[in-house]
Amino acid sequence: MALAVKQKEKAWGKVLDAGLDETIKKLTPEKIEQVIKKALEKMGPGRLKTMVETCIHCGLCSEACHTYLSNDRDPTFAPVAKVKQTMWPILKNKGRVSPEFIRRAAEIAYTECNLCKRCSMYCPFGIDMAYIILSVRRICHLLGVTPLYLQDTAHSHAVTMNQMWVKQDDWIDTLQWQEEETRGEIKNPIIPINKEGADIMYSVIGPEPKFQAHLMGQAAVIMNVAGIDWTYPSFDGWDNSDMAMYSGDHEIMGRVKRAHFEAAMKLKVKKIVMGECGHAFRSIYDVGNRWLGLRMPPVPVIHAIQFYYELLREGRIKIKKKFDKPVTLHDPCNVIRGRGLHEMARYVTNALCEDFREMNPNKEYNFCCNAGGGVINCGPPWTKKRVISNRVKAEQMKATGAPIVITPCHNCHSGIEDVIKYYKLGMHTKFFSQIIVEVMEIPEKFKL
Amino acid sequence: MLEFLMSPAVYSFVRGPLVWIAFLVFIVGSAYRIYVMISTVKKEKLVLPYMSLRYSIRSILHWVIPFGSVNWRRHPVITIVTFLFHICLVFTPIFLLSHNILWHESWGISWWTLPESLADIMTLIVIFSCVFFFFRRIIASEVRFVTYPSDFLILAIAFLPFLTGFLAYHQWLLPHEAMVNLHILFGAIMLIAVPFSRIIHMIFGWFTRAYTGSEFGMVRHVRDY
Repeated sequence: MALAVKQKEKAWGKVLDAGLDETIKKLTPEKIEQVIKKALEKMGPGRLKTMVETCIHCGLCSEACHTYLSNDRDPTFAPVAKVKQTMWPILKNKGRVSPEFIRRAAEIAYTECNLCKRCSMYCPFGIDMAYIILSVRRICHLLGVTPLYLQDTAHSHAVTMNQMWVKQDDWIDTLQWQEEETRGEIKNPIIPINKEGADIMYSVIGPEPKFQAHLMGQAAVIMNVAGIDWTYPSFDGWDNSDMAMYSGDHEIMGRVKRAHFEAAMKLKVKKIVMGECGHAFRSIYDVGNRWLGLRMPPVPVIHAIQFYYELLREGRIKIKKKFDKPVTLHDPCNVIRGRGLHEMARYVTNALCEDFREMNPNKEYNFCCNAGGGVINCGPPWTKKRVISNRVKAEQMKATGAPIVITPCHNCHSGIEDVIKYYKLGMHTKFFSQIIVEVMEIPEKFKL
Repeated sequence: MLEFLMSPAVYSFVRGPLVWIAFLVFIVGSAYRIYVMISTVKKEKLVLPYMSLRYSIRSILHWVIPFGSVNWRRHPVITIVTFLFHICLVFTPIFLLSHNILWHESWGISWWTLPESLADIMTLIVIFSCVFFFFRRIIASEVRFVTYPSDFLILAIAFLPFLTGFLAYHQWLLPHEAMVNLHILFGAIMLIAVPFSRIIHMIFGWFTRAYTGSEFGMVRHVRDY
């Protein structure tokens, strides 16, 4: 039986997205059934079915979700409700659902859930709702129904092995340009390329060379001053980001992750250090490696928070004068709830800043930025919905009274900046690296 | 109808073969469900390597202790009702004097029993908890949205054996024989329903909790409670 789901009129109105609206026109219930049956068989429905059958429909997960709280406790935004509107009918009807149902399921899975796993911490049975929603995305991907902007990044991964259509000559040019820029900050900096046997391969996300190259310059300052033996690859695999993981395109995800790990192995580095990005960490440490059949990443992977923590602890970078404006810290789900780096993040914040104010709730209980999980990558059509659906974050940040929010994750960084603008909070987001460069002591030999 | 219900023939059926069938279906059915669940999960290859005994126990302990997790503390009323309901639901039938007499008569075994007045209170707790859950499903919008008729059915399956047991003990409403027969019938339905309905959460819940506990503890290095 095909199911159509009624949709209430929301504050953001009806959002048009060709990736959803046009693609469903090619679908029929028969086609959908065929694809879903095959997908479930391939995925192995063990976990999925066990979780769905264990759920007792108690609704205790609702308050875990920022979209539920932000939309005035609209019951359709509760985590269990999102599963109810997607996976339950799919399993119950053995995949025979209507194209309109898939349109609605895709909208829920891609734009109303950030896969932040906060609800798993509030479900008495620990049901992994992010996994269920990710499975819905997998099905939508196989049906060709994905938000247009998100699909564009997945295409970019497929063609260029990076998220932003950066070509190899652009990449190398950016590295050299940033080395030149860094000469304005410190004396004789170098950005080593393809240095075999270096201690560290530093990896960034596609958007950094594309439009945030100054972050790479700042990383170069920190690396040079701290005396790190590091390098970038000149070839594919430099990008650690992975939107294919979020679009449901596991095959591309696997290719991208393999290229990344192989770049590190080709350069014979001891470990990968990645910039302040959350989803990239998830894809390397948790999801992508598993798709490749690797229990843990084949090369140790260190997130920037841990890297800065080690640098500060070992005294490899010293602080000249602490950052004097009050700051608060946003705990990104993929490295805090996903890797437990919250105490290190606090060590770094306290080492860098004079006045640190906690958000509440915080650490692994922190509210999501509502940008992660590929939601911000669904692009401008969905921005209004995204910021309206994260009012709790705005309230949480406002309560700290701090003008600066440290966001050690790219998606959080951009997403929270949008929330700040929409709710006119008069705050700004900053990466750790930006503050480090501002407050660190430049040793004599690097002084200009 | 009432006469039929009271007849010794019905009693000897529900007291004899039906109880056997009920326990057989409950035990064999549940074991089969566990077997199928573990073997399909095994095929996924992404679950069992990440299981950790230490973090499974850590997670389960925090959730089986009242107020042991953040979410239990956030909802004190639900926590108290849920814990009382489940404790009374499971332990009242096992330690009830009348039930012990039955298996003493049949097999000559028996164990520690609850004082009858306490058992009476525990039965009432189950009955009123069911009423609470019923109204919560209707009143709380986030619960109402995800409520299906099957949720009320499950609730009724848990409710009826206790209601009829309570009425039989006090010999109210129907003649004693009829109420006892109904009571055994509903008890059997409850046992039989376990492997076929979402009451299976009484078995699967431990596994899903253990899995999430393991992932959060061993891979993610954070709390899940």
